[in-house]
Amino acid sequence: MIEQKVIEQKIVEPEEIFFKARREKQFITGSEAVREAIKRANVDMAVSYPITPQSESMHLVGDIYAQGYLKDYYRGEDELGVMSAVAGASMGGVRVFTATGGPGTLRAFEMFPTWAGARLPVVCAFFCRGVNSPLTIQPDTIEIGFMLDTGMLIFHAETAQDLFDMILKSFIIAEKPDVHLPIGVFADGFFVTHTRELVEVPPEDIKLPSYNPYMSPVPVMDMETPPVRQMRDPFVMKSNFISYAAHASWQQEVRAAGERARKHIKKYLGGFLETENEDADILIVASGTAASQAKEAIIRAEKEGIKVGLAKLKVLRPFPAEEIRRLVKNKKAIIVPEFNITGWLAREIKSVIEDNSRVVGAPRVFGGMTMPVELISNEIKKQQEALNECKYS
Amino acid sequence: MSANIVKISPGFEEIMPEDYRNLVKDGPYGRGLDVDKLGTFKELIEEHPLCAGCGLALSLRLILASLPNPEDTVIVGTTGCNSLSFSQVAIHNIHSLFGNQNAVATGLKRALKIRFPQKAKDVVVIGGDGGIGDIGLGMVMHSWFRREKITTIMLDNESYSNTGGQESGMSCEGAVLNMAPTGKKFPKISLPEIARDAGCVYSATITPASPKRLGKVVKQAILIARELGPTYVQIYCPCPTNYKFKPQESLKRAKEKEKDGSYPIKEYLSPPAKEFVEGLEVVNKPR
Ligand code: SF4
Repeated sequence: MIEQKVIEQKIVEPEEIFFKARREKQFITGSEAVREAIKRANVDMAVSYPITPQSESMHLVGDIYAQGYLKDYYRGEDELGVMSAVAGASMGGVRVFTATGGPGTLRAFEMFPTWAGARLPVVCAFFCRGVNSPLTIQPDTIEIGFMLDTGMLIFHAETAQDLFDMILKSFIIAEKPDVHLPIGVFADGFFVTHTRELVEVPPEDIKLPSYNPYMSPVPVMDMETPPVRQMRDPFVMKSNFISYAAHASWQQEVRAAGERARKHIKKYLGGFLETENEDADILIVASGTAASQAKEAIIRAEKEGIKVGLAKLKVLRPFPAEEIRRLVKNKKAIIVPEFNITGWLAREIKSVIEDNSRVVGAPRVFGGMTMPVELISNEIKKQQEALNECKYS
Repeated sequence: MSANIVKISPGFEEIMPEDYRNLVKDGPYGRGLDVDKLGTFKELIEEHPLCAGCGLALSLRLILASLPNPEDTVIVGTTGCNSLSFSQVAIHNIHSLFGNQNAVATGLKRALKIRFPQKAKDVVVIGGDGGIGDIGLGMVMHSWFRREKITTIMLDNESYSNTGGQESGMSCEGAVLNMAPTGKKFPKISLPEIARDAGCVYSATITPASPKRLGKVVKQAILIARELGPTYVQIYCPCPTNYKFKPQESLKRAKEKEKDGSYPIKEYLSPPAKEFVEGLEVVNKPR
């Protein structure tokens, strides 16, 4: 048996580690970026269960547990068991982390609204993968569509750098007493987890301040805090008006906590979206690696004399409705390329803007293929031709 | 902790309900009481919404009176009739999903170990036979395989009572229940033996018809789990509502089943658990 070591790390303010500390460049994979984030996140405990394309990230977290960066780590029995265990640990007052993806996400699904309903500040990484059947291990973001209504906050990383920053910052946002909600950091499997890029990371001898369970808006389950006569998860299942009202108001409170996260997200993530060419008539709205492919298509369009704008969404819950409304005000066409068959992002955008016939829910690829830039370019050309026709008719 | 756990904020003494004030004045925290002393202290359970004559209600009362360390115990439960009573219990309780209680308890126990390395914080799972023997069996057994230091107590009423009396894995073969319209087709799961083979260092069955013995079993199970590893207690809790007998016959039924061997009372101790318990008896022997 390997003895767990104790690592000396200095606790610094989140602002220091996020914005001020000198960063060095490492040429690493997305999975390794997860390891680097957890090294600096002062996580007490992690629980793992393997599923491609997540497996490597949680085995690397196990490695840093052996090196002494975490106090506890084990391999659970399945995804529902893992998500249940991190819930128990979070209720017990420690900072926890886990990761899953695709079929694992769905196997554990009942726990995600439960995390949100119990106001647990769990941080979980989801490495998107297609869902059976037929069996696939390929990337496909359909699981994000399922997760949008669980009450969790949802971030979508485009790159390993995003993944590193979002995971590290999520702990601080999730644990704010006025938020205290779980955060899912999503990244497209393989394209982000298994590819290498330059990632800027602060030194590994500093870490975030530890979680203070006594700043929680719900009681920590340690029998230390009076009054004791309170369940963590009170029953409101009688058929009477008070029960309906209690349940309804609690659901509203969970959603309201998500809204209160906006100011912290702005502060730490620097906003909900990143934009390019805001004044162009055609706008692409995308998240995850679809945004990278869109950037490439924009460069190609520019060469052909077509100016196209981009809004890369970093945050999907709470949804940046205001920001999108402002951005699309004078747009002629809004192209939404997606890595899934259902088109949840196009649906989200359509639901918050006026004249949503401008939204082009295409191109869509699914089943595991990367987003060919040509498909986006074709859509841009089609839209530009339609605009030209309007001008002359 | 200590009695501090129920301490009333200064100035609020007058407006707190009487049962709460009694708990502060006369609760069992930090006093090492057991079932023998029932009636002499304010119990951890105030009232409950379970049916008249329910075997679960009586067992819960006895379990709560037997906790060796109520001031530092957290109970993890799961869906079932018994879970409805926990809003009346003066102890921290977590109710999560149906069947995931041992996974939640694992995370909780490990978290408390990280936060309070020097303190004994007992995590006790209390659930029905559906949650422990059926839908949750995988997670229950994995907590045993991993040797988690938690006690699992099954309130075995031999059916899914809360959802209307369906057959469960713990129902006896031949029992006609909802969803077993022509009688159950396979025998009762032999969970005490499975528990022993899966890594429990202590496994026992008991009924509330023997309150003193039940108290001893529960106390032992929790103390052994604290030191050595997972423990399992299975309590037969007759359900008058779904098995359709008179509420006043509950205890009689339990006694009869104990006597005729249809609910055999058993106890397995691993050698280290045996040694540990003998040590306890030396310490506990009256002088
Ligand atoms: S249905 Fe049965 S187990 Fe449930 S409360 Fe009533 S008597 Fe007890």
